Amino acid sequence: MRRTPLDLVRAEPGPAYTVTFDGREIPVLPGQTAAAALWSAGITSWRTTRRTGEPRGVFCGIGVCFDCLVTINGRPNQRACLVPAEPGDVITTQEGTGHDGRN
Amino acid sequence: MGGTEQHTLVVIGAGPAGIAAALAAADAGVRVTIVDSAPQAGGQFYRRPAAGLGARRPQALHHAWGTWESLNARLQAHIAADRIRHLTDHHVWFVERLETAFTVHALVGPEQTDPDTVTADAVVLATGGYEKVLPFPGWTLPGVVTAGGAQAMLKGGLVLPGRTVVVAGTGPLLMPVAAGLAAAGATIAAYIESADPKSLVRHASTLARNPAKLAEGAQYGAALARHGVPVRMRHTVVRAHGTARLEAVTVAALDAEGRIRPGTGRRIACDTLAVGHGMLPHTDLAETLGCALDGVRVAVDAEQRTDVPGIWAAGEATGIGGAVLSLAEGEIAGHSVAAQLQGTDPDPRGWSAAAKTRSRLRAFFAAIDTVYAPPAHWPESVTDETVLCRCEEVTAGEIREAVEGLGAGDLRTVKLLTRAGMGWCQGRICAPGVAGVAGCPADTARRPFARPVPLGVLAGPADTEPNRHH
Ligand code: FES
Repeated sequence: MRRTPLDLVRAEPGPAYTVTFDGREIPVLPGQTAAAALWSAGITSWRTTRRTGEPRGVFCGIGVCFDCLVTINGRPNQRACLVPAEPGDVITTQEGTGHDGRN
Repeated sequence: MGGTEQHTLVVIGAGPAGIAAALAAADAGVRVTIVDSAPQAGGQFYRRPAAGLGARRPQALHHAWGTWESLNARLQAHIAADRIRHLTDHHVWFVERLETAFTVHALVGPEQTDPDTVTADAVVLATGGYEKVLPFPGWTLPGVVTAGGAQAMLKGGLVLPGRTVVVAGTGPLLMPVAAGLAAAGATIAAYIESADPKSLVRHASTLARNPAKLAEGAQYGAALARHGVPVRMRHTVVRAHGTARLEAVTVAALDAEGRIRPGTGRRIACDTLAVGHGMLPHTDLAETLGCALDGVRVAVDAEQRTDVPGIWAAGEATGIGGAVLSLAEGEIAGHSVAAQLQGTDPDPRGWSAAAKTRSRLRAFFAAIDTVYAPPAHWPESVTDETVLCRCEEVTAGEIREAVEGLGAGDLRTVKLLTRAGMGWCQGRICAPGVAGVAGCPADTARRPFARPVPLGVLAGPADTEPNRHH
């Protein structure tokens, strides 16, 4: 078995809950950000750019670059690396501005 | 605030510098409010897993954890005694200068929707730094992350970006990042450093005065060896490959002039590239306050005062140098603030140990800085198709056209012609890359505010301005 970050710090997390990403259920440990939850599920991109539709995810990991923007519960432009994932959150890929062709 | 006659200090940033400043000032009887964007104290250096993750051994991801534990114990004691107030999840976007005081404007919560303000007689800017990443073809692929970002996600969320990681770029930060990722279960396929640390020998006497730093480096080196990490010095990543996400990188050797040596390219399969080329200070708040800069950092005097009365700065904002230097600078700032607010003569003997540490470490990092530099000719590897401004998707070709075709000669004109640096991150990420490709100096382009601000919030303070009392 591969060692995990949780083993390394001997984590005993609270009970996991779920959120959805584009309709798929993914587990979250309490305290994880949306980006951390997506990474643990093996997902690395959740936005397409406005001009060329390229996939993007975390880059700076600390709230500076805005590459990790995502739509959560219908609100676009949330920085996934900062926003905690709450039980039942509906996370969806943000296409462009996230405002359905209004831009 | 409390309504007492006590003087109030607002410290912006709860990393090592901010906490040290707050502690020194509070110990001297100043009432302190720490305003910080994170949910818990510690900054980037002492970033810890969220409480819900129940980490029993957070120190496994940290160096010198004991220092943090004693700092945090002092901080918690001051908070319990109501001498320090700690506002978490507060993103400061503007510090307003009033006649004899300051108003610190923040947006609250991770979604930054609600405004909040705090008034202060003095402000310590301990805003830290962020990582510099120079562009290369493929650097926008998912799976390419900053080295510090990979570390932050690991320390805070206990997650890895992938299983097989290449760590690349330049600078001392890459070592703890690689060691941490390896300890947490990632396979480090290669460690690629463009500098030749052998040239540190030229600074032998400066290094010898910093045995703790040398021991730290040796520890990380041993950890990399233990994990069997292949280390390549004087090498660089020339391209990241993949379509929907990263699949491999090509690395190549550098010659003595910092040019790619033809025929040395080698492809390494990986799902993650953690890359960084050093750190840059966060100076936005200082700039909007009108504080003088010294190059890319906030200029301060021996007491960590900026040239704007009432504003101090400490830590990475005043020059990159790590946690121990930040602690020393913060402590000095806190003593100086307390003396000034209480109308006493500052007594440098009270901070002589911190001052000694400060000069020793500043010399150390000045030496380090001359050794760890990106390859001199890096812009030559940046193809025209490479996106430089990640927010506005401006390519290197467009930047070159603005310079060669339209005659733009400085960063400001390049920006106006191409929109590079005008997106969400306000040029923080792309400025060094755009400047390098355009061949103009990477001067800091002034931003109106420290972060994007909802228009409704902007309308608020302006409307109420004429009625303000204090
Ligand atoms: S990854 Fe840069 S802001 Fe979230």
